[in-house]
Amino acid sequence: MTNPIEVQGLVKSFGSVRALDGLDLEVSRGEIHGFLGPNGSGKSTTIRVLLGLLRANGGSVRLLGGDPWAQAADLHRRLAYVPGELALWPNLTGGQVIDLLGRLRGGIDERRRADLIDMFELDPSKKGRTYSKGNRQKVALVAALASDVELLLLDEPTTGLDPLMEAVFRRCVDEFRDSGRSVLLSSHILAEVEELCDRVSIIRAGRRVETGSLADLRHLTRTTVRSETVRPPTALTGMAGVHDLAIDGNRAAFEVDTAELDPVLGVLREAGIRTLGATPPTLEELFLRHYGDTLPDRPGAES
Amino acid sequence: MTGTWTLVRHFLRRDRWMLLWWSLGIALLYWSQAVSVEAVYASQAELDRAAALMGSNAAFVAMAGPARALNTVGGQVTWQATAFGAVAIGLMSMFLVVRHTRAEEESGRDELLRASAIGRRATTAATVVVVALANLLVGLLVTLSLVSFPLAVGDSAALGIGLAATGLVFAGTALLAAQLTSGARAAYGLTGVVIGTAYVLRAIGDVGTPVLTWLSPIGWYQGMHAFSGVRWWPLLLLVALAAVAVAAALAVFARRDHGSGVVADRPGPARAGALLGTPLGLAWRLQRGAVWGWAAGLFLTGLSYGSLGTDVGDLLGDSAMSQEMFVPSGMSLVDGFYATAILMLALMSSGFAISSALRPRHDELDGRVEVLLATGLSRTRWLLTQVVLTTLASTAVLLLGGLGLGVGYWLTADDGGAVGRYLLATLPHVAPVLVLAGLTTLAYGVRARWAGLAWLGLVLALVVMLFGTVFRMPEWLQDLSPFHHLALVPAEDFRWAPLLALAAVAVALTAAGIVGFTRRDVEVR
Repeated sequence: MTNPIEVQGLVKSFGSVRALDGLDLEVSRGEIHGFLGPNGSGKSTTIRVLLGLLRANGGSVRLLGGDPWAQAADLHRRLAYVPGELALWPNLTGGQVIDLLGRLRGGIDERRRADLIDMFELDPSKKGRTYSKGNRQKVALVAALASDVELLLLDEPTTGLDPLMEAVFRRCVDEFRDSGRSVLLSSHILAEVEELCDRVSIIRAGRRVETGSLADLRHLTRTTVRSETVRPPTALTGMAGVHDLAIDGNRAAFEVDTAELDPVLGVLREAGIRTLGATPPTLEELFLRHYGDTLPDRPGAES
Repeated sequence: MTGTWTLVRHFLRRDRWMLLWWSLGIALLYWSQAVSVEAVYASQAELDRAAALMGSNAAFVAMAGPARALNTVGGQVTWQATAFGAVAIGLMSMFLVVRHTRAEEESGRDELLRASAIGRRATTAATVVVVALANLLVGLLVTLSLVSFPLAVGDSAALGIGLAATGLVFAGTALLAAQLTSGARAAYGLTGVVIGTAYVLRAIGDVGTPVLTWLSPIGWYQGMHAFSGVRWWPLLLLVALAAVAVAAALAVFARRDHGSGVVADRPGPARAGALLGTPLGLAWRLQRGAVWGWAAGLFLTGLSYGSLGTDVGDLLGDSAMSQEMFVPSGMSLVDGFYATAILMLALMSSGFAISSALRPRHDELDGRVEVLLATGLSRTRWLLTQVVLTTLASTAVLLLGGLGLGVGYWLTADDGGAVGRYLLATLPHVAPVLVLAGLTTLAYGVRARWAGLAWLGLVLALVVMLFGTVFRMPEWLQDLSPFHHLALVPAEDFRWAPLLALAAVAVALTAAGIVGFTRRDVEVR
């Protein structure tokens, strides 16, 4: 079985601006794939190429085994799309838009529609122009989640949702994946990606800079360690993989490349561990490492 | 009112190109009439002769205005330019006002502005200032261009100042409409209806029922009688009406909530009806308001033309000159008038056809097409549906105009056969209307942003129709107007060839547009 999304060397230019510059992306069946990148890095452009709204200038793009440009309509019956901000027709109600999009996709699951409207606490009888941003987003989410499809393309789908609704959203997407279907979730909300995604791809300036499972990626990150030992752990100085080392008598605080964690712990044990605190790396740190070479000071890091 | 002047500067900066083109365009409309009259008529005798012909043609009078002093350059300028100049400045004012008020409010940008340290009424006040400046600029350019020609200063000033005041009346109307409606589109629609009504009222008034002319601001403007014994008191009517409209708008503004109209938005159905599930149903649902509005407008316009009945003939008299003008082509006076009236209805329908064909552009640039095309709906099917709706609705709108004309004639002249006759005479005009719609679709298919250029096609057709013969435009230029090719039924015998050719052109343009759309990127603003 082929992957639902296979992108290789994708290039898309707008005039002289190269929005996508040889992008690779694979999403496998049954996974939620996080698509991370800062604003303007090309996430939405990629999704719009996947939807056949934009024509690729180069590279190969396969969506659900087909060509998204040539077979757009057929492929679209098997997927649902949630844009970052759904523009609604000012004089159609949310309920009408949900039905419309569902029918154009080839049918809507009535029970699911009712449940989702309930869960998201959406008033479907309001006119498009009177919805708040979060409510517009709910319309898009209900329309997408109420359809029976194999793939969800979500472009920063939780913009404007309150935390309660975000939780509902996560539950729904989780269930969707658990039934063996796939999700591409573009986001810059790291907590969301960390909680939901099985694998992530990080893109920057139209190229993928990192991809893998969260566990894989954590190998690329640093663990923050604070220790108190019987003797000063002087052997840490100059050790491979240890960064920002601060030794204050018997206490030490430093960051260590996660791959080097074992030898470093060996050194600490030899110095006689009294207390040890280790903070596992977050995606945020990983993310920041790719977009800025310095991490901002984290509260409490220096104490 | 804090911040008004900052906003005025900001608006002027945003609008500078729009203001430049509109004001130059309108000034050119006036000035070019003077130049053309000088160029076309070699001697006063020739102008006298032409003036007698034009003034005795009720169709021309209905289109342009009361025929006064047509054997002078100033009289010709006044006659040819004022009605269209007034409509043009009305449209300019409407776009300026709604763009800075209701459209901004709808987009949410106004909220951002109002949250800053500006007075509550600052945006409205700044809009009034900017639109007043724009109208004065146009008035000034018109006056100066005519004075430089040279024409008499006092009369030129009457044309310019009267035009500015007429523009202000429509600006006030637009400002009021922007308060009453809760969407920019509705505000444009409402103002457009007022401008159209003002034009039609004076048309009917000038040809038959003088009292109607005095219900129209355009009639007041023309009632200033520039270049034929200018009088200034109608200017007071214009200024007073403009002031009343602005005051009413401010009063409503003071009472309503931000973002709402006067009528609160009611909840709608929570489920889509069966109709809305299909692309054509959606297209109809989104355009039905405009379709009903234009259909009613065209029907009433046709009805007013038709209700002149055979009076047209009396009005024209049996002057040998009129006969001479029409007999060679075998036209009777009445038929000639109605053939031209039908052409006028067709041009109005083109306004609907182009705006309807531009709907895909709005939906695309506003980002609404994206979600539609992300479903099982293919690009071809979506655009084809839009084309089908535009075609059907434009045809219906035009035919309703023809029906109105026939019914009006029937009621007045007690000639039931007229209904079928005029309806049949209207039918072929569907083709040139659809050529303009096809042109719009083609421009849209190439690039969504460019689609608005299709309005130039209608402008060209209007210019050719109004001034083509009078100013002896080169034949190739007149041929560019799709309306120039059809036989003027009922005055001339119907011919199949031009109709079929136009239909073929319309199909080709539309098909090219659809193919273009399937090959390009979907755009967003």
